[in-house]
Amino acid sequence: MIPSDPKKVTAICFANIDVPKMHTLEMARQQGAYQFLPTVLNTFSSEHIVSEMKISGLRGRGGAGFPTGLKWSFVPKNTGKPTYLLCNADEGEPGTFKDRDLMRFDPHLLIEGMIMAGFALGVKDAYIYIRGEFIHEAKRLNDAISEAYAANLLGDNILGSSYSMHLTVHRGAGAYICGEETALIESLEGRPGRPRFKPPFPAVEGFFRCPTVVNNVETLATVPAILEHGGEWHKAIGTPNNAGMKIFSVSGNVKKAGNYEVPLGTTMRSLIEDYAGGLQNGSVPKVIIPGGSSTPWLLAEHYDVPLTYDDLASAGSMLGSGAVIIIDETADLIALTRRLAHFYAHESCGQCTPCREGTGWLERILTRIESGQGKQEDIRTLEDAAKHMAGRTICALADGAAAPILSLLEHFPELVEQAIAEKTS
Amino acid sequence: MSDVQFSPQRLDEILTLVKRYPKAQSAILPVLHMAMEDFGHLSIPTQQLVADTLGVRLMMVREVVTFYTMYREKPCGRNLLEVCTNAGCMLNGADELLAKLCEKLKIQPGETTDDDMFSVIEVECLGACGGAPIVQINGDYHENVTEHHLDDVIAKGRTHDPI
Ligand SMILES: Cc1cc2nc3c(=O)[nH]c(=O)nc-3n(C[C@H](O)[C@H](O)[C@H](O)COP(=O)(O)O)c2cc1C
Ligand code: SF4
Ligand code: FES
Repeated sequence: MIPSDPKKVTAICFANIDVPKMHTLEMARQQGAYQFLPTVLNTFSSEHIVSEMKISGLRGRGGAGFPTGLKWSFVPKNTGKPTYLLCNADEGEPGTFKDRDLMRFDPHLLIEGMIMAGFALGVKDAYIYIRGEFIHEAKRLNDAISEAYAANLLGDNILGSSYSMHLTVHRGAGAYICGEETALIESLEGRPGRPRFKPPFPAVEGFFRCPTVVNNVETLATVPAILEHGGEWHKAIGTPNNAGMKIFSVSGNVKKAGNYEVPLGTTMRSLIEDYAGGLQNGSVPKVIIPGGSSTPWLLAEHYDVPLTYDDLASAGSMLGSGAVIIIDETADLIALTRRLAHFYAHESCGQCTPCREGTGWLERILTRIESGQGKQEDIRTLEDAAKHMAGRTICALADGAAAPILSLLEHFPELVEQAIAEKTS
Repeated sequence: MSDVQFSPQRLDEILTLVKRYPKAQSAILPVLHMAMEDFGHLSIPTQQLVADTLGVRLMMVREVVTFYTMYREKPCGRNLLEVCTNAGCMLNGADELLAKLCEKLKIQPGETTDDDMFSVIEVECLGACGGAPIVQINGDYHENVTEHHLDDVIAKGRTHDPI
C-alpha cells in the first residue's frame, strides 16, 4: 500500500527523530520506548519472533537487501557456541548518512531493537560497530547504554526476565571496507579489515568462528515496530515484495539534502521534488546514483522509477543503502568518476589482485584523461579493467569500484572521447 | 617495559573493556583510540605499551595501526582539519574549499603549518553528506562550511582558543 499522500504513513525509524531530547531515556520512555519490551521478553518465543520477522518482509537496510527473518533463521541451534549480534554502524558508503541521525537522535530505538533481536537469537553479547569518525555518535550511544543498564534494560535479567544481554560500542578507525560484514568481524577481532571468503556465512561461522548475525542500524531499529504491530502490519506498507518504510539519504545537487523516510514504492521524482526540495539547477537530474556510490547510475528517463529493490534492479541498478546522489547539468562527470575511483583505490584492502591492481589502474587512467593526457586506447583499457574486476574477488568492493566507470562509459562515451580529443599537450 | 605508561584510571577502563570481549585482542582498536587521546599519536613505544597491556604481540598492533587511516604514527598540528572531497561534498564545492583552505594556510593537503598550528588532510565520505561540504575539525563535524567559516576557524585556532 502506498497512500496517495505518502507523508501520511507513520514513520517507523524516524517516528520520533524530531522530538527534543529523544536521546535521553526519560524522553524516549515518554514516547513509548521499551513499553512493549516486557511483553516480548516474557511472552514471545524465539520461533514466534523469527516467524513475525519473516512475515514482515523486512529486507536488510545495509545494502544487500537480504530478508532479515530468513537471515535470523540460518543461525544454527545447539552448537554449544555462543551466538553474537553485531550492529553494522560503519556507514561508509559515499552518500549514506542515515544511521548517524538514527544513533544521535534516537539511540534507544536501536538499543531496544538490539535487545529484541538478541533475545530472539539467544545472544548474550552484542556489539555496535560504529565508524571511528562518529565520535559524538559513539558517545551518545554509550550514554544511552549507561542509562539503559541503570534501568535494567541491559545486563543481567533484563526487566526481571530470564534474559540477559550485554551491549558494547566498538569504534572502527577509518576503513570503508569494515562495513563489509566479514571485514567488520575481522576488525572486531582486532585485526585489519580484510573480508573473508563466503561461505561459511557469518550466521554459521562469524565472530571468533561462532554463529553471528550482522544487521544494519536501520534494520535493527525497525524490529520494535514489527514486533509490536505484527509482521502483517509491516508487510502492508510499501509494495508486496518490498515491504516497509525506508530512509533515503538524499545528497548532491538538491536544494534540501537530508534524510527522508518514505514508504518503499514512492517514486524517485517524489522523493526529490516533494521532500528534497527539487534540484539546484534545472528540472531533471543528469545522473541519479540511487543507492550509494557503488550502484550503477540511472538517467533522467528513470526519474519516475518506484523506489523498491525490484524496480531499481529492473532499471539496471540497486537500492543499496538508500543513498540517492543527485547530479545536475553543472557537474563534471569525469572529475566525479575519477574522485570515486580514487576512493575505491584508497579503500581496497588489497588482498585480491584484480581489485588491488585494478582500482589503482582505473584511477590513474581517469586522472590522465581528466588532465588532458588521455590516449585513444584508454577507453578500451578502462572498460576491460573495470569488467575484469567485477565479480572476480572476495567481496563486492571491486564491483562497486567498477560501477561508476562502466556507467560513465555506457551513458556518456562522448564526454570521455571529447576529453581525450582535447589534449592539452 | 616501555617509557610511556597509561594512567591508573585508564588501565582500569581498559581492564573493564577487555572483559566485554571473548578475547583481549578485540580491544586493540579501542585501546589504540585511547592511546591516541592520551599521547596524541602512536609512537612505537606507545604501540608496544598497547601490545603489553593487552598481552598481544607488537606485530598484531602494528598491523592494525598501519591498516586504519585514523591512527597516526606521527604528531599532527594542534588543530586538525579534515576536508571531505567525496561525491556529495565535491558536488557542493569541496575542492574549491580545500584549495582555499590550503592557500590561506600556505600548505598542501597532508601537510602541517610551520608553526604546528594546523594540519589539513583530505578525507573520504564522512557519512554526513546532507550537510555538504563537511569539514571535521578536531573531531567535530562542521556542516555547510563556507570560506568565511574557515576564516573564523583559522583565527580562533591561531589564538589557542578551542575551535
Ligand atoms: C564494501 C562494502 C561496504 C559495506 N558497508 C556497509 C555499511 O557501511 N553499513 C552496512 O550496514 N552494510 C554495509 N555493507 C553490507 C554488509 O556487508 C551487510 O550486508 C549488512 O551489514 C547486513 O545487514 P542488513 O542485512 O541489515 O542490511 C557493505 C558491503 C560491502 C561489500
Ligand atoms: S575485492 Fe578488494 S576490498 Fe574486497 S576483499 Fe578483495 S581486495 Fe579486499
Ligand atoms: S561526501 Fe562528504 S560527507 Fe559524504
